[in-house]
Amino acid sequence: MNTVYKHSPAWNVSWFFVVVATISLFFADIEIISLEPWQELKRLFLGLVTPDWSNPLEIGEAFLQTLAFAILGVAGGSAIGFLLALIFHWRWIQIACAFIRAIHELFWALIFLQIFGLHPLTGLLAIGLPYAATFAKVYAEILEEGNKSALQVISQDTSLISTFFYVRLPDLWVHFKTYTSYRLECGLRSSAILGFVGLPTLGYTLSSAFMEGHYSVVWALLILFYLLIATIRYWVRPALIPFYIIIAPFIIANDSEISFDNVQRFFTEDIIPAPIRNGESFSTSWHWFSDLIMTQAVPGITNTLVLTQIALVATGVLSLLLYPLISKHFFNPIGRGAGHILLVVMRSTPEYILAYILLQLWGPSMFPAIVALALHNGAIIGHLTGRYSSEVKLRVDASKGLNRYLYELLPRLYGQFLAFLFYRWEIILRESAILGILGIATLGFYIDSSIQELHFDKAMILIVITALLNVVVDTLSRYLRAKLRLKTSVDCRACNDYCAAG
Amino acid sequence: MIQLQSESASYQGVETLHDIDLSVSEGEKLALVGQSGSGKSTLIKLIYDRYPTNTSLVPQDYGLVNTLSVFHNVYIGCLAQHSTAYNLLNLIRPWPDQVEFVRKILIQLQLDEYLFRPVGRLSGGQKQRVAVARSLFQKGQLLLADEPVSSVDEQQSKVVLKQLTNGFSTMVLAMHDIQLALSFCDRIIGLEKGRIVLDSPSSALTNNDLLNLY
Repeated sequence: MNTVYKHSPAWNVSWFFVVVATISLFFADIEIISLEPWQELKRLFLGLVTPDWSNPLEIGEAFLQTLAFAILGVAGGSAIGFLLALIFHWRWIQIACAFIRAIHELFWALIFLQIFGLHPLTGLLAIGLPYAATFAKVYAEILEEGNKSALQVISQDTSLISTFFYVRLPDLWVHFKTYTSYRLECGLRSSAILGFVGLPTLGYTLSSAFMEGHYSVVWALLILFYLLIATIRYWVRPALIPFYIIIAPFIIANDSEISFDNVQRFFTEDIIPAPIRNGESFSTSWHWFSDLIMTQAVPGITNTLVLTQIALVATGVLSLLLYPLISKHFFNPIGRGAGHILLVVMRSTPEYILAYILLQLWGPSMFPAIVALALHNGAIIGHLTGRYSSEVKLRVDASKGLNRYLYELLPRLYGQFLAFLFYRWEIILRESAILGILGIATLGFYIDSSIQELHFDKAMILIVITALLNVVVDTLSRYLRAKLRLKTSVDCRACNDYCAAG
Repeated sequence: MIQLQSESASYQGVETLHDIDLSVSEGEKLALVGQSGSGKSTLIKLIYDRYPTNTSLVPQDYGLVNTLSVFHNVYIGCLAQHSTAYNLLNLIRPWPDQVEFVRKILIQLQLDEYLFRPVGRLSGGQKQRVAVARSLFQKGQLLLADEPVSSVDEQQSKVVLKQLTNGFSTMVLAMHDIQLALSFCDRIIGLEKGRIVLDSPSSALTNNDLLNLY
């Protein structure tokens, strides 16, 4: 009997998250701390209409470095990821990869900077390691889901390698190719933001220009970056890739040398917790550790979670508002074209760069971070939902306008939309942690401070805590999706398309 | 009320209706009969295109929203008659008046116990009756129905067709069941390969006359 009205589980879960986000707002500091916020914003938009390309050598160099790091990092990650995928059925490999994936490339970069300095290996490993872990998982899924019926008819004597190349690879090749090329787009973004911690990529030039108030140069760089990403399918051709991989090592800036003393010292001294290194007593060690937890880890975790939850709901709301822009049920092709451009720009801009710009304009509070996360992720999920909505077939007598949105589309799309949002939750958390480097009190702030104070032992512990937090949220997200039976009909790898790494 | 002269129509690029001359007065109850592929659905779509105002539709694929309840799906029939704010609030908490109106219709179609069940959890025949309920809720001067009882059992078919006949003065129904067509409609249009080959009052026809069409 269904004679009493009851809302669906998805409805209840959604409102629960809204309540959590609202409560979080009370714990978040969201004031705009800037002398003249609108003035700066105006100056920034002025830069948009007057982009400055007067320094092509500097711009070209930044782009070349960004490309070189991206191509080599992704290629290396892909190769290692593939090998790992072959042995992915072992539990400890899955756990190790989950852990490595949970640490953002920027945190890896901060770690490797201490070991290798500004040697290119820092950048390559910072991209390659987490990407390898992600590739391992997705490649393993592709292998697992692939049709294995052909395997049953093949003779037992066939070598493993022949079997693979004849029977498995041909069907799966297109999946590997699609995913890897989408990952290259992510790689470009990751590579770009590595510049913010000192590597010679786009982020470095951009932050220098920004600090000096050269907004015209900032926009020139951004516009070129968007063009680079938009034209990816023209210059990423299978025939050209080996060529790119071969010349990249020669392009990469390589004037630092690795000091092996550094490497040794890092592993044997720097990351060993101080009290253990100094042979202190148990009570001193405990005091040191609990002090770290109470004064840094706890506030870091709290602020990271607060920011994540608010940004998650803001992302959800924004996606629901944005998706009609590219849906054929609401706008004609011209309107949809404009909608597409808007969403492409918003999702191609790395959250880090968006946050950086907004934080400079509005001061170091959580508000700019929330806006940056919501804009970037809202555009991604808005795009995915909008694309899905265009596939819905409506009756000829279906209502129009807001009624259509509420009664015909939203109920049909909501499950898919929630699946995308929960999938993105873990990524938003990872980004929230990282944004601490820019000054807000999430985990990244404490990690960065520890590194600057040369307390690498504390930094490592905090990084491990961040990774664990990430794994917890990822597990929770999986659980909720299973519980609400939110299966994405669009392959969830499509979510990966818009980057498990921001 | 409906006037079509030498009309033709295409479906997915292929011309499926040729030279259609059809005149329907108010109060007439028409049945379109013919093999599948003869053009019944295309003719229904054509009539809807020409006369969309005040017309209730029961399409072949029902067009229901699976995640919404039976109540909401039936309510969709009259979205245009209320303000958007009213419609929005109805989604959050169903208006009691509307619930009563819908319940009355569902009782006639033996669906009242599923009032708030999500449509996705109903059987094919139940979904079809929800689509019929929506058209009855919408009211309207003309009913265009494409196979409105194809998934429903014999006894319920008669109940559903009785409700439709009472609810609408003028109807055009595409049917494959000639027995039901002869019982409930007073005029039969026979289609073959996109042309009207028969146009006669039911009283002048027997089962056998119509079997020739199949």
